Amino acid sequence: MSQSTLCEVENMQEEEQYRLLDQVIEDYEGMETNLVQVLHYAQSIFGYLSMATQRYIAEKMELPLSKVSGVVSFYSFFSTMPKGRHTISICLGTACYVRGGKKIIDKLNELLSIDVGETTEDLRFSMEIKRCIGACGLAPAMSIDETVFKRVNPNRIKNILEQYE
Amino acid sequence: MVNITMNRKRITVPQGTTILEAAKKNHIKIPHLCYLEDVHESGSCRVCVVEVEGMKNLQASCITQAAEGMVIDTNSQRVRSARKILYELLLSDHPKDCLVCGRNNHCELQELGELVQLEESRFDGVHSKSHRDLSSYAIEKDDEKCILCRRCVTVCNEIQGVGIFNVQNRGFGSSIGGGMELPLGDTTCTNCGQCVTVCPVGALKEKDATQNVWEALKNPDVEVVVQTAPAVRVALGEEFGMPAGSNVTGKMARALDDLGFNHVFDTNFAADLTIIEEGTELLLRLVNHLHHQGAITAEQVEKTGLPLLEEAPALPMITSCSPGWIKFAEHTYPEQLKHLSTCKSPHMMLGALVKDYYAKQINKDPKDIFVVSIMPCTAKKYEIERPEMMNGGTRNVDAVLTTREMAKMIKDAGIDFITLEDREFDNPLGISTGAADIFGVTGGVMEAALRTVYELVTGREIPFDKLRVEPMKGLDRIKTATLTIKDPIETYQFLDGVEVSVATTSGLLGAVTLLDEIEDNASPHVFIEVMGCPGGCISGGGQPRMTTQHIREMRMQGLYREDEAKVLRKSHENPFITEIYEKYLEKPLGHLSHELLHTTYVPRQKR
Repeated sequence: MSQSTLCEVENMQEEEQYRLLDQVIEDYEGMETNLVQVLHYAQSIFGYLSMATQRYIAEKMELPLSKVSGVVSFYSFFSTMPKGRHTISICLGTACYVRGGKKIIDKLNELLSIDVGETTEDLRFSMEIKRCIGACGLAPAMSIDETVFKRVNPNRIKNILEQYE
Repeated sequence: MVNITMNRKRITVPQGTTILEAAKKNHIKIPHLCYLEDVHESGSCRVCVVEVEGMKNLQASCITQAAEGMVIDTNSQRVRSARKILYELLLSDHPKDCLVCGRNNHCELQELGELVQLEESRFDGVHSKSHRDLSSYAIEKDDEKCILCRRCVTVCNEIQGVGIFNVQNRGFGSSIGGGMELPLGDTTCTNCGQCVTVCPVGALKEKDATQNVWEALKNPDVEVVVQTAPAVRVALGEEFGMPAGSNVTGKMARALDDLGFNHVFDTNFAADLTIIEEGTELLLRLVNHLHHQGAITAEQVEKTGLPLLEEAPALPMITSCSPGWIKFAEHTYPEQLKHLSTCKSPHMMLGALVKDYYAKQINKDPKDIFVVSIMPCTAKKYEIERPEMMNGGTRNVDAVLTTREMAKMIKDAGIDFITLEDREFDNPLGISTGAADIFGVTGGVMEAALRTVYELVTGREIPFDKLRVEPMKGLDRIKTATLTIKDPIETYQFLDGVEVSVATTSGLLGAVTLLDEIEDNASPHVFIEVMGCPGGCISGGGQPRMTTQHIREMRMQGLYREDEAKVLRKSHENPFITEIYEKYLEKPLGHLSHELLHTTYVPRQKR
C-alpha cells in the first residue's frame, strides 16, 4: 500500500476503512507471522485498535481474539483507545529524563487526568512517551503534534496547552 | 542412542530424549513446575534448570535434548541456588493463604516447595494482579494465584483449538486472558475445563455448586434427586487414594445415599434412552436422505414407520452429548448446526424425565424437586443454564457437581469412602445396560449406537470385536470405520450392501478437521461422534487432577470392565426403556420425546 493512500485515511468512511484493511490482510496473505504488520497498518487506518477492529482482524486471519489482543497489548506502540486531536509526546531519553521529563508527565497527569497512552474524554489530547527526539540540548523537551517545546517548565505547561483547541 | 553422564552416573538414552526425560527414566528427580508430559514442554518457568558442562547458562532440562558426551549436574550448588531463587520469586507474587485455598494439599506449587526446601521467603513486594473473574457459569479464574506457567494457554490453543487464553500485556503486568479485559463468560470459551485440569495451582477451578446442593439437602420440603455420569464411577476413587480406573459404582451410590439424597439415579439410564432416540434419528435422517436422492420411494420410507421429511435432512449427523463440543460448534460452525443431533445430553434427558414422568409417579410438584448431576464435566454447569433446557417453567437440572466437588462433599460429610458397602441405584431410573457405560469413553456413543441401530436394521447382533476405539493421541485424533450392511430385515431391504462410514474424535481440534470437510461438502461420513475432551468424558474438565495418558487408559479400561460385566449390553434391551416407551413416551421421536428429550441450538459470535 502506498503512503499516499494511507495519508488519505483521515476522512474515510468506516466502510472504506475496512475495505482498506481487507486489502492489507490480503497483501499479507492472512498469515499469522504477519500479524504485527497487519496491526500496524490497521492502526494507521483507524487511528487506534478498537475491540471491533481486533475482532475483525482475528476473524479475517482465523486467529483467536486472545492472540490478536495479546500482541496488541504487548507492544506499547499499539493503542486501544482513540487518539485525541493533539498528541503530546514527552521525551524520556536519557538527557530529558535526568533534567525532569518525569515532572512534565506528573504535571500533565494532574492537568489532564490522563496517564501515558491515554486520551482525554473530550478527545482533545493524547499523551505518549518518546525515547529521545534528538533535542537533547533542549532538555527536557516535549512536543505537541509537530511543534517541539524546549526546556519545559512544568509550571508553564498550562499556558502551552491553552493554545490547543 | 546417546551416552551422557548425569550426576556422575553413565546413562544411555535414545536420540531426542530431553534431559528431564532421561533423568526420570534413571530415577533422578529434577524439580519442575510448568512441564506437563505430552502437553506443555516449553521451558517457561525455568524451575527445571540443570548445569551442563561447557555451557555458560543453566539449561531448562524439559526442552534441552541430551547430546553425546554431555556431562550434566542436576543438583550442583549453582542449580540449587538458582532453583531456590526462582521459587522465592514465584512466591513473592503469590498469595500465601494456602490453608483456605481449594488446592491445599493438592497444589503443585506446594509440592515444589517441599522439593526446594526453602526456609524463609525473603522477597515481599507488590503483587502483580488481583482480578477474580466470576463471569462464567462453569469456570472461575483467580489471577492473583496464577503463576503464568502457560499450561492452560497450550491446552486451550493447541489441544482444544479454542484459544480463549493467551498472555496479555507484558512483564510484571502479564496475565492470562481472553483479551481486551473480556470477562470469561463473554468469550468463546466452551467451558470444557481442560485448562482447569492442567492448572498447577488454584488459579482455575470450577464454579462451586456444593453450597447450593447442601442448601437443597437441608431443605425438608425439597425432594433431592441425584444422578451420576458413567465416567465418574471410574475416577472418583482417585480422590480417596484408590488406583486410577477403580470401579466404585456401588460405593458412590452408597455415599450419595448417606449424604441424604432422596433418590439415587443413574445418568446411564438416560444414556440408553439417548441411544434409542439418537439411533432412530440417525435412521430417520438416512432413510429420508435416500428418499430425497430418489433412491427409495415414499412407500418404502413409510414401511419403516419413520416419518417422511419435507426437506432433505443434513448428513452426517453428529452426536450432541458433549456440551463443550456443542458450544464450540455454535461459535465456530454456526451454519452447520443442522448436522447436530437434536437429542439433549443424557443428564438433561434424565432431569426432564424426573421433573415430568417421575414427579407424577411420586406426586410431587416439579418445583419442589431439585435435580443434581454428578458429572466429569465443567461444561455441564453452563449447559443447565441454557434457556432451552427448561420444561414447564422449571429447569431440567438444578445443579451440576464435578467429580472433584462430589469428593469434597463426601469428605466434608465425614464419610469413610473406602470402607463403604456397595449399594444399587434406585429403580426405575437407575437401570442401565453396558452400552451406557461406554458413553464416557471416546468412541463409546458411536459403539453403543451401532449396537442398537445395526440390530434394528438387520435383526442380528453386531459383531462385538474390532468395535473398540484405541486411545487417541496426537495425530490419531480421528478414527474412521466403514460398516457394510448385509442381509437387512425386509423393511430395510434397500440398505443391503450400503456402506456406512462413521468417524469419532475427541478433543476439539479433531472436530475442526471433520467439520471443515462438512463445510466443503466433502465429508464421506454418515455419523460422527465428537467428545469435547481428549479421550472422552473420562478426562473431562471435572475429573480428578492430573489426567495423564496412563490414567486416561486406566479409566477407559474401568468403563470397559463395567460394560463387559453387564448381562445387558445393548440399550434397546434395557427393560425399563421398553416400559417407559409403552407407558409414557409412546415412541422414539414421538411428540412427548420431542418436548422433553430434544433441543435446539443457537448460532453464536465467532471470535
